[in-house]
Amino acid sequence: MAKSPRSGTRALGGIKPSGALAGVVPFFAYTTVFLLIPTLVVIIAAFVSDGHLTLGNVRALGNAGFLTALKQSIILSALTAIIGAVVGGILAYAVSTARPDGILKRFITSLCGVLAQFGGVALAFAFIASFGAQGMISAWMKKAGVGPSSTLWLYQWDKGVLLVYLYFQIPLMLIVFLPAVEGLRPQWREATETLGGTTWTYWRRVAMPILFPSFVGATLLLFTNAFSAYATAAALVSQAQPLVPLQIAGTFTSETVLGQANVGKAMALAMVVVVAIVMTIYAWLDKRSSKWLVR
Amino acid sequence: MAGPVSQRAAVRRKQAIFRWVTVSLVLAFFMLPLIGMLDFTTKVRRGGRTMATWKTLMNVSEISTKYPALKEGFIASIGLSVITVVIMLALLVPTMTWVRLRLPGMSRLVEFICLLPLTVPAIVLVVGLAPVYSWVFYLFGESTLWLGLAYVVLVLPYAYRALDAGLRAIDVKTLSEAARSLGASWFRVMWRIVLPNLRTAVLSASFLSVALVLGEFTIANLFSRRNLQVAMYQLGKSDAKISVAVGLLSLVFAFVVLFAMSFVGAQRSGSRRRRRPLAAAVAPAPAGTGSVKEPS
Repeated sequence: MAKSPRSGTRALGGIKPSGALAGVVPFFAYTTVFLLIPTLVVIIAAFVSDGHLTLGNVRALGNAGFLTALKQSIILSALTAIIGAVVGGILAYAVSTARPDGILKRFITSLCGVLAQFGGVALAFAFIASFGAQGMISAWMKKAGVGPSSTLWLYQWDKGVLLVYLYFQIPLMLIVFLPAVEGLRPQWREATETLGGTTWTYWRRVAMPILFPSFVGATLLLFTNAFSAYATAAALVSQAQPLVPLQIAGTFTSETVLGQANVGKAMALAMVVVVAIVMTIYAWLDKRSSKWLVR
Repeated sequence: MAGPVSQRAAVRRKQAIFRWVTVSLVLAFFMLPLIGMLDFTTKVRRGGRTMATWKTLMNVSEISTKYPALKEGFIASIGLSVITVVIMLALLVPTMTWVRLRLPGMSRLVEFICLLPLTVPAIVLVVGLAPVYSWVFYLFGESTLWLGLAYVVLVLPYAYRALDAGLRAIDVKTLSEAARSLGASWFRVMWRIVLPNLRTAVLSASFLSVALVLGEFTIANLFSRRNLQVAMYQLGKSDAKISVAVGLLSLVFAFVVLFAMSFVGAQRSGSRRRRRPLAAAVAPAPAGTGSVKEPS
């Protein structure tokens, strides 16, 4: 199709090029209103207050509360991205050795799809139900005598929230990384063996270098995923606002201070900037990794 | 010394052991909180089990009298799913087909726009949508169902991937040329030729959208609208058992949808790329990173 886009348009003709463009107008109109305008609103409104340009909103980000939240958000996202990537990567390899259309692979990819994409509030509930005061796992831990005395840890960003975030990060890693692992050809391993290499040589010299860009790329993706997550954190943490998305939500709902909405937009812009930086690195890496892997 | 055949067998055995150990450990981590949910909803204070929560949940009339908010949220979510799917299909199927037929130069741009929502955090989208929605609510009234307009944007990437996989599998150009030369109108081509051929792709795009809409929380909560997730969240503060049960049910529903779709996708074709339409549709690779390659 890309070879000769113009050939054969005769039979489809009868409409001038301008007419052909009219066919995509609804799509572009819709995405302009509901996607592009909102994005522009965030970018522009971050620099506007009371109708004129200002850096006040961005400067307001300098307050301690936001910087702490930003730092905690970045630490949480980085930690869950790295742990999630390592565990999810090992899981992806394990699953890739199973039969391609077997029930195990289908089961795991479906389960991971649910946990990674559709969970939200329910995932927080799952952990409250299991690790909360009357939870099944807390009861087990109490019986074994290893559990912490209170369940307060569950609602702290660097303990409970981190654990719940892993609950969707590991599955996401599997979904993102599985295609890369499946791109490893058995022939490469056989070639290594023929040349006298051991399993270790294969991993060290062949598989790891090939998978490394995809692995780092997937890790970055996990980072932005955790960084943008809101629902799970909101359902788990109700007292404070330790993370950026929660702070944005706070400015959104509080109508006590006028102009808070614009600070919220500046926070949103800060999020977009972080995500954009990470995604740029990701795009660059993805170009490199697709050299070897036919997807 | 072991020959190559026995060496391969040994590798296979090792891989199988490694696979089962890893999968069991991680599955335990995945399943335990879910089992914890089930345990929580069936527990009685003095030990023992009860199905009371689940019986209540299955009893429609009891739910609607005792938990009107839950009923309201559920109905809203169902309505939102329908609206989202209808608009999504009406927007994407003709546009993507049209771009393939007449404007191949625009395919990258359309792909970029469709995958863009993956890189814009939902919470940021909410901030930007606030002025848009103040107009929508002002012009059309305060119905929760208008959120469907924003949900279409949320499901764009997933729907796009699913439909794109479907369009790749058929020769749209030849099909529509044939239909056109036999005198069919463009509408007829779309309705009678393209759509029936895209059945599976349309179905998986729709189911993915429904699962996503049923799980949506961020936008509804911040616009103070009550959908299923928001109702569940609010109920969690007063009646934890019911809300945990609803949460478990929604997860199980999404799992059933994805699991069923993994079989639907497999029947289509032998090509490696198309054997994983689900993974392709769910994997959130960002815009313009070459994850979808043009055949050259």
